[in-house]
Amino acid sequence: MDSQVDNQVVEKTKVVVVGNGMVGHHFVEQLVELSKKEQVIEITVLSAESRLAYDRVHLSEYFAGKSAADLAMTDEETYQNWQVNFAVNAKVSHIDKNEKFVETEQGQRYDYDKLVLATGSYPFVPPIPGKDQEHCLVYRTIDDLEAINASAKVSKVGVVIGGGLLGLEAANALKQLGLKTHVVEFAPQLMGVQVDAGGGRLLKDKINELGVEVHTSKATSEITAGEQCRYKLCFSDGSELETDLILFSAGIRPFDHLARSFDLAIGERGGIVIDNQCQTSNENIYAIGECALWNNFIFGLVAPGYAMAKVAAEHILGQSAEFTGADMSTKLKLMGVEVGSIGDAHAKTAGSLCYIYENQPNGVYKKIVVNGDKTQLLGAVIIGDTSEYDTLLQYMLNGIELPESPEALILPMAADKPALGVDALPDSATICSCHNVTKGDIVSAIDGGACTVGDVKSCTKASSGCGGCTALVKNVTDSILEQRGVEVKKDICEHFAYSRRELFDIVKVEKITTFEQLLSSHGQGLGCEVCKPLTASILASVWNDYILEKSHVGLQDTNDTFLANMQKDGTYSVVPRIAAGEITPDKLIVLGEVAKKYSLYTKITGGQRVDLFGARVEQLPLIWHELVAAGFETGHAYGKSLRTVKSCVGSSWCRYGVQDSIGMAILLENRYKGLRAPHKIKFAVSGCTRECAEAQSKDIGIIATDKGWNLYVCGNGGMKPRHGDLFATDLDDETLVKYIDRVLMFYVNTGDRLQRTSVWMDNLEGGLSYLQSVVIEDSLQISTELEKQMQSIVGTYQCEWKTTLADPEALKRFKPFVNSDQTDSNIVFFEERQQIRPAYPHERIPVQVSDNEAETSLEKSSAQSAKIVEPA
Amino acid sequence: MSLNSENSLQWQTICQLDDLVSNAGVCALLEQGSSSLNDSEQVAIFHLPNTKQQVYAIGNYDPIGQANVLYRGIVGNIGEDIVVASPLYKQHFSLQTGQCLQENVSVKNYPARIVDQQVQLLV
Repeated sequence: MDSQVDNQVVEKTKVVVVGNGMVGHHFVEQLVELSKKEQVIEITVLSAESRLAYDRVHLSEYFAGKSAADLAMTDEETYQNWQVNFAVNAKVSHIDKNEKFVETEQGQRYDYDKLVLATGSYPFVPPIPGKDQEHCLVYRTIDDLEAINASAKVSKVGVVIGGGLLGLEAANALKQLGLKTHVVEFAPQLMGVQVDAGGGRLLKDKINELGVEVHTSKATSEITAGEQCRYKLCFSDGSELETDLILFSAGIRPFDHLARSFDLAIGERGGIVIDNQCQTSNENIYAIGECALWNNFIFGLVAPGYAMAKVAAEHILGQSAEFTGADMSTKLKLMGVEVGSIGDAHAKTAGSLCYIYENQPNGVYKKIVVNGDKTQLLGAVIIGDTSEYDTLLQYMLNGIELPESPEALILPMAADKPALGVDALPDSATICSCHNVTKGDIVSAIDGGACTVGDVKSCTKASSGCGGCTALVKNVTDSILEQRGVEVKKDICEHFAYSRRELFDIVKVEKITTFEQLLSSHGQGLGCEVCKPLTASILASVWNDYILEKSHVGLQDTNDTFLANMQKDGTYSVVPRIAAGEITPDKLIVLGEVAKKYSLYTKITGGQRVDLFGARVEQLPLIWHELVAAGFETGHAYGKSLRTVKSCVGSSWCRYGVQDSIGMAILLENRYKGLRAPHKIKFAVSGCTRECAEAQSKDIGIIATDKGWNLYVCGNGGMKPRHGDLFATDLDDETLVKYIDRVLMFYVNTGDRLQRTSVWMDNLEGGLSYLQSVVIEDSLQISTELEKQMQSIVGTYQCEWKTTLADPEALKRFKPFVNSDQTDSNIVFFEERQQIRPAYPHERIPVQVSDNEAETSLEKSSAQSAKIVEPA
Repeated sequence: MSLNSENSLQWQTICQLDDLVSNAGVCALLEQGSSSLNDSEQVAIFHLPNTKQQVYAIGNYDPIGQANVLYRGIVGNIGEDIVVASPLYKQHFSLQTGQCLQENVSVKNYPARIVDQQVQLLV
């Protein structure tokens, strides 16, 4: 057998790649990977630039501090390991198609069997008189960036000519370099390729707002010497603009010079003509990326270039492969403005219809283009908020039938926004367009043994391009794993390989009462700021011990440790409980007196109570001593626990009230105060359907009816507001409390860390109706247990401040220094509107006023005098 | 004190072991010679009885949050590093070096030890 091989001389196929941009490099990567088994390929890479391939997509990050090395996609060592020959500064100047070799400018000769042209493109500089001056630059390579950087150092004003995608990126770069920046665009709008007129208008406004001046419909006719600046742009309409630096970004042209000189077929307006296999008019020469013209089209994006690279590599290895065009949809962030463009953004398809939503105050513009019978999505333009991009793209790419009212896809707060679940995607759905990874590819990766998102990423390369699909890849992977019955890891941190729910069960079942026990039996390491407070919260939910028990002290977040809310300067705010917002004048006076005595900033909160700010650690026990003496209890404003039960006055005073909402609110607040949960919990009770207490925006919302109470669950305000869902109607007092007991305890038992009730319910399989079946119909037969747990917590309530004041050991923690009675001299307040607030850095006056200079500065600012509040 | 040049650091007793809180931090004031109280340094001292060194000390001033709060953070480990998480914005600071793990800033780090139930820093 061996001798047979010896007799056969294996000729290696010589592949020479001209150009080492992103696409050229991707080709090498593909060829190396695909040819592994055969080992019959010898690859040579020739780069005209002085460095090997780097990431041009993220070029602008060079100005944000990334180095050339950070942007590099490969290095000499990698190529050596792959046994790829390479040469930099090797510009190919000659192709001999008959003898099959290329020659560089330096006269180096390289023979090939297959030649791959990946020469990319060059920036188009319009033929404007005066364009060839020292500070007239382009934006394409790292060398260009270095030139821009150098020029910016001696410039104050910069102009980008061209308001396309790259032009706006270049403008951002100039702005980052500290130049007063302008963008000049010939067309009436920015990003004319990707964005329609409406979107372009909004984009212009947003970019103007960011301090970059946009000039549209301006044709530059000449560049002459300036008066205030180095140059002057003269426009055809007679107007002018002075600038020190000019950056051309007026589109790209295929770098097809070689192909032109050596008689390969070239398109009318440039570009090396290729067929579906990426072969040029000479079958041994391929062209890929931005230098190639397919179907009379040049693809100026990296994803189609990657697709071509893969096709060419496969074809060279004798596999059948075809390039069939590429989707040009893009999503990007330009100077912080989100822009997305999908498919037929300009509604050019005959018979197409548009839905447009524009919100000028918030700077949001969304348009979808659908076919005549409103069943298919053809295209979209989204500016300002691209959160729907992924969903829209999947509708378009996979021809998924649109919902009955397609506008719901882009309208904010649409009542039941159709969510496109990942299960609905066909296997052909493209998940990562940079590396052309489909849902089917992820399925096969998982079939092949990948069992985490990380595995899937490394074996499919999904989301290693622009990264825009990261969330989608995770959702698809999780969903497939779940279907396979693989449990998706929800480890809370490196110390515990468990989810909050699992830890909760462990603590309960194994009767664990300290963090040490839990760590030694189920964890590793020392713990951290994630697992420690989480454990403390679980221990509090299960056993309801005093949270400052010696073994729990180090587990608590500072707010729980000091039973107050830390503010930016390290001082704390104090919020006593004022159940349902009802307070006697006497108690209100006490709050005022305490605030006055300790010079605390005083504010009414949204939860109908009073917040006292600016207390130093050592003042907290003194303040609470007075508050407790006056009958106040802690408000748990610091805890992941019940905050407030907001109420309106209801039937006791209001002409319209139908139930005693204050009475119910007080009852509920006193019942659930102190309950520790995965996150904070807010309630409200409204006395009639007018809903003055805004109960539908709370975790638990109760609205009076003439027959009893309607219960709403799992609403919230905050970053992502959500209305509560109607859970049960016309309940009597007893049933209402019973249901709330069960809902809350079920949440405490099963919620994830820092998961509000809304997200928790949405993640329950079956959502609202499942929760109703558990709580109302007792489908899991746990309601007695849930009520018992709640009863135990209600029965063991203690005011943490009252307990703390009675414990000399706990009080020691409030002393600022273990070895001194001084106070923190870094805390400085400033007076504003007759109250204190933390001083801003520029207001801090040197504290030593011994020399004259300091005294003068004090006098200057005597109108608003800074002061240090001494502890009382 | 005149012999105490910059290079000759000395172990100074700051407090008793009893003053520390297990698996948490306390704050101490370092008096700088005879100068006024405003020059005094705040040191965050942490007691981690389950680690080899047991006691750690770093500057108390959080350079990111710009407040004297580090002693009030939660201690633990991130990989090999023994850290405290700032209570303000949660960045981790190494208790062994004072280096912040997320940003390129650091706080002062003081060698610390326990001798005869006394907590000492090399200052």
